[in-house]
Amino acid sequence: MSLKKSIYWSVIMVLLLLSVPALAADAPKVDSGDTAWVLASSALVMIMTPALGLFYGGMVRKKNALSTIMFSFVILALISVQWVLYGYSLAFGPDIGHVIGNLDWLGLNGVGQEPNTDYAATIPALAYMIFQAMFAIITVALISGAFVERIKFKAFMVFSLLWATLVYDPIAHWVWGVGGFLRNMGALDFAGGTVVHISSGVSALAIAFVIGKRKGFGKQAMEPHNIPMVVLGAALLWFGWFGFNGGSAVASNGLATSAFVVTNTAAAAAALMWTLLSWYHKRPSVLGAATGGVVGLVAITPASGFVTPMAAIVIGAVGAVISYYAMLFRSKQNVDDSLDVWACHGLGGTWGAIATGIFATVAVNSAGANGLLYGNPGQLTTQIIAVAVTWVYAFVMTVILAKVVDATIGLRVPDEEEAVGLDISQHAEKAYS
Amino acid sequence: MKKIEAVIRPENLDAIRVSLQEKGIIGMTVEEVQGRGRQKGVCLQWRAGEYCVEFLPKIKIDLVVDDKDVENAIEAITKVARTGKNGDGKIFISPVEQVVRISSGERGKEAI
Repeated sequence: MSLKKSIYWSVIMVLLLLSVPALAADAPKVDSGDTAWVLASSALVMIMTPALGLFYGGMVRKKNALSTIMFSFVILALISVQWVLYGYSLAFGPDIGHVIGNLDWLGLNGVGQEPNTDYAATIPALAYMIFQAMFAIITVALISGAFVERIKFKAFMVFSLLWATLVYDPIAHWVWGVGGFLRNMGALDFAGGTVVHISSGVSALAIAFVIGKRKGFGKQAMEPHNIPMVVLGAALLWFGWFGFNGGSAVASNGLATSAFVVTNTAAAAAALMWTLLSWYHKRPSVLGAATGGVVGLVAITPASGFVTPMAAIVIGAVGAVISYYAMLFRSKQNVDDSLDVWACHGLGGTWGAIATGIFATVAVNSAGANGLLYGNPGQLTTQIIAVAVTWVYAFVMTVILAKVVDATIGLRVPDEEEAVGLDISQHAEKAYS
Repeated sequence: MKKIEAVIRPENLDAIRVSLQEKGIIGMTVEEVQGRGRQKGVCLQWRAGEYCVEFLPKIKIDLVVDDKDVENAIEAITKVARTGKNGDGKIFISPVEQVVRISSGERGKEAI
């Protein structure tokens, strides 16, 4: 072989070798373990919404059991379709002005089996989409605890669709979407403290103000009609939350495991703390233990990918104390956020988001940041800004949307329909015959 | 003939049934009811704080007896239903005009 020919072939070989990593970067590879975990997590988060229906359904009076369960179940159907049609595009599509996604991904156009490296490099873009769909669904369903036993079903459907479109989708974009301004600011929210829990909890308070109290609120006892159903719902929420937080690693790895462990730990600490609080005031309460578990899950959500199990105990226990006394406070204010969405999710999420700024450490997640306790007070400030922005936007928008629906369709059922119960008046069905 | 309506603690129903049977009184109708008296209501826990239920679950027994059995029936009930505390219940006695046994058409004492 001539020298000239040798050089020629050598150059070809070097170029080929160099092109291999370039090719790999062009076509990211789907990882089977990551995809399996994210799909399983999506299914886990899916069951949380009907579980929420049971959790809420057991706490209302017998005559409104079906109506309350239906709020969650029908939202699973409604927002699944909204998300596929345009919700995912608004929340995660190409950024417009750091506030919203554009409509390029309308009808999931271009969202396929190949990964989208902006969000998750090792799973199909469709897997990330359906995982996120389950978050949008449960967030909208969470609000329903505020207006049970008195809202007109038609008004509920219209309000929920407007809220998902004009409140959830933008906030999800700000925090999680590429280009979103809170994401750019460095706010940490692993699985949805601001996006899911503050947004729904604060909106619940806002719509409770607009729709007003149930007839007889504060005058007659409104007994939870089936506490075993509440416990079943809470257990399924706890179970599904492993997908909610563990799946938010968007990979089957150590971080997913860490999130799984702190999730269980915080829920346990909060359930224990709530049981002790109720015991201190009267008796160890079953309804209290179930509520406490859920509040612990809420509180750990934003922090779940950034904190240690020891921090999770503090986050869960303190979250329970905050929500417990917030409920007592709320009931004395004569505000009928009937199932305390604000106290559980609004304040649990707020505490969790702030706690993330205190307890976060890069030892858990190198892609995260350190918090106050690890020498970075600036993170706490960033977290507080993200909390404040979410509070204000969710509250103001929800008041506007609720007033618009009230002025056009009317939010409340007539008094006699409220008295007979929504199961019969809105659905022509009875839960128990 | 007299009708005896006894409002009792639910847990005493079976003991009262046995006690009446010992006096030869077999037939009765039983309902789950709610009521209040000097015992008043009870306060239960909500997720945080408590709420009060002003009516308590009780059982009401209706039975119709011949006039001569009235004191026996009262004794049979009070003997087992009395704890001496508020909430033991009450017995109401009123006259009954007629009784008809549906299966045979018998009337009056024969139908009791």
